[in-house]
Amino acid sequence: MPARLPYTYKYLRSKKKFPHVWCPGCGIGIVMGSIIRAIDSLGWELDDILMVSGIGCTSRMPVYVDFNTLHTTHGRALAFGTGAKMANPKLKVLAVMGDGDSMAIGGNHIIHAARRNIDITAIIVNNNNYGMTGGQFSPTTPQGAKTSTTPYGMIEPDFDVCKLTEAAGANFVARGDVYHVVELDGIIKSALSSSGFSVVEALSPCPTNFGRANRQGDAVNMMELLKNNTINIAQAAKLPKDKTEGKTVRGVFVNRDEIGYIERYQQLCDRVSSGVKK
Amino acid sequence: MSAIPWGETKLVQGNEAVALGALAAGIDFFAGYPITPSTEVAEILAREMPLIGKKWIQMEDEIASISAIIGGSLAGGRSMTATSGPGFSLMQEGLGYACMTEVPLVLVNVMRGGPSTGLPTQVAQGDVMQARWGTHGDHPAIVLAPSDVKECFDLTITAFNLAEEFRTPVILMPDEVIGHMREKLTFPKEEEVCITPPSSPDVPLEWYEHYHTSATGVSPMAHFGSGYRFHVTGLTHDTHGFPTRKVDEVISKMNRLKQKITRRLDILENNMLHEVEESKIVIFCYGSVYRSALAAQKILAKQRKKVGIFRPVTIWPFPDRTVKEMLDSKDVILVPELNQGQIIHEVERLTSDSVRVVPLHRYDGYEITPEQLVAAVLEVI
Repeated sequence: MPARLPYTYKYLRSKKKFPHVWCPGCGIGIVMGSIIRAIDSLGWELDDILMVSGIGCTSRMPVYVDFNTLHTTHGRALAFGTGAKMANPKLKVLAVMGDGDSMAIGGNHIIHAARRNIDITAIIVNNNNYGMTGGQFSPTTPQGAKTSTTPYGMIEPDFDVCKLTEAAGANFVARGDVYHVVELDGIIKSALSSSGFSVVEALSPCPTNFGRANRQGDAVNMMELLKNNTINIAQAAKLPKDKTEGKTVRGVFVNRDEIGYIERYQQLCDRVSSGVKK
Repeated sequence: MSAIPWGETKLVQGNEAVALGALAAGIDFFAGYPITPSTEVAEILAREMPLIGKKWIQMEDEIASISAIIGGSLAGGRSMTATSGPGFSLMQEGLGYACMTEVPLVLVNVMRGGPSTGLPTQVAQGDVMQARWGTHGDHPAIVLAPSDVKECFDLTITAFNLAEEFRTPVILMPDEVIGHMREKLTFPKEEEVCITPPSSPDVPLEWYEHYHTSATGVSPMAHFGSGYRFHVTGLTHDTHGFPTRKVDEVISKMNRLKQKITRRLDILENNMLHEVEESKIVIFCYGSVYRSALAAQKILAKQRKKVGIFRPVTIWPFPDRTVKEMLDSKDVILVPELNQGQIIHEVERLTSDSVRVVPLHRYDGYEITPEQLVAAVLEVI
């Protein structure tokens, strides 16, 4: 996609914030590119966008993009974002989080953000471990996988980000990965256009920690794993079950049109204030 | 339409006065989580704020509540939360973040018995040191302790104003007795209330520094969506808000956080003194204990025994200079507290060995009575 690069720079704090902190072969930068392309195709103004994050590798993203940016405490991005969105509903709020940030320490906040259907787009970069602290297991580490805190293999079952947020009430739930990047661009664009709470899980390799601990090879090998081990939801529907077994399904799982929290709160204000004598 | 009975006299509860004070101060956003004995604040605001189109939300826990109001404040809303003991502990994370990122907000902590779940419906003053040092790292703290219902109203407005003025969280700490008591409150007229308007920068967009170094240490703050795009992080940051580990920038940030308070102590200091200069014995107290001290002073006066009262209204920053100047020449300073001894260490720190600093602790969930204070004074005379 080199032809697209010139306008990408418009969105980056390119003068002094690069090089970024991410390791060679990390997929977070690809997700950042997808977000920028999605926003560009929507024609949103930089001033209107708030990117909020928690703590971890993914949560470093806000430094690099020229929006209103808020790098918060571990797990709390959605709570900070909820407050900002309520105080200024004109802001288009985008929360970027990792799997540990959103599913473990921020688990309480994400289920309630989904239940409330707060008008925020959550983009969860899932690399199956805590990268920044050196590759400990997270709630999305697959059973049996090795990490620095599961030297004998992970014994806990893992969370499915999409099923969890769907059950909790999110308006829009989808999964993509950083290999199928054009598809990811489209998914993020749809999520950003959705009202209420929207969730995108973006599968991404962590060659430095998870990949090394599980002998998954270098960054290119890990990209091939994403290519071979995932399948688009439409393709999967056409194939017999045994052909899709063991593959992670990509695509849009939920696309509801429930009223988001901001509109519901405004309706409440209108309803109660109209009955009051001035 | 206003929930505030401007200019009228009413029987009002302390927590209710806090909620009305917040409305008087122009609160835009409240986020909270139910906890005794602070719930009335959230309940009254839940009723009143939607009526005037202001934003109110009950979050999933106290960490989310303080996080939400930090986000709300950065997006341009005057924001507040209210909690108590265990919730205050959970909020320490967000409190530190707000100190570090210099976000104005008001945190009301109605003090109940602790530690842990402790005595949820009963009074204590056990959070005084947590309010100063509860969140990790060196940080500024502004803490106000009302002693009556009128002050619950007035100091809530003051708390909002100081939060704007100093770009930092301000903690209002009524103890449970003050939060739940009802007494006569004459509301001011609307035009008598002074509100510090939210600051906004007047520099061109590209010149804006979110943490500009000014003489006071506080610079006008832009809000998300205003056209000034800036970065906010809890990492130690430079004047633009971006993470730094450069020694000079780290020191500059840390010094400014401290000095924005210490350079303007005169604005923050607020003490109530009763016959301190002419007394050799002084009761040093705050919150509900002050009410008992006033009663004890009257009882002792009838017995021709003179006792002074020194009460800090702003308990943090502690009034070091005034305490040293006024109390270091006394014979005895009685420090009654509803805890096992917290503020007393500050008084001891500031007075010479020749001054007897005598504690009076109560931590059984009940208030210190005037009779207890009278007995304690008679014992030390």
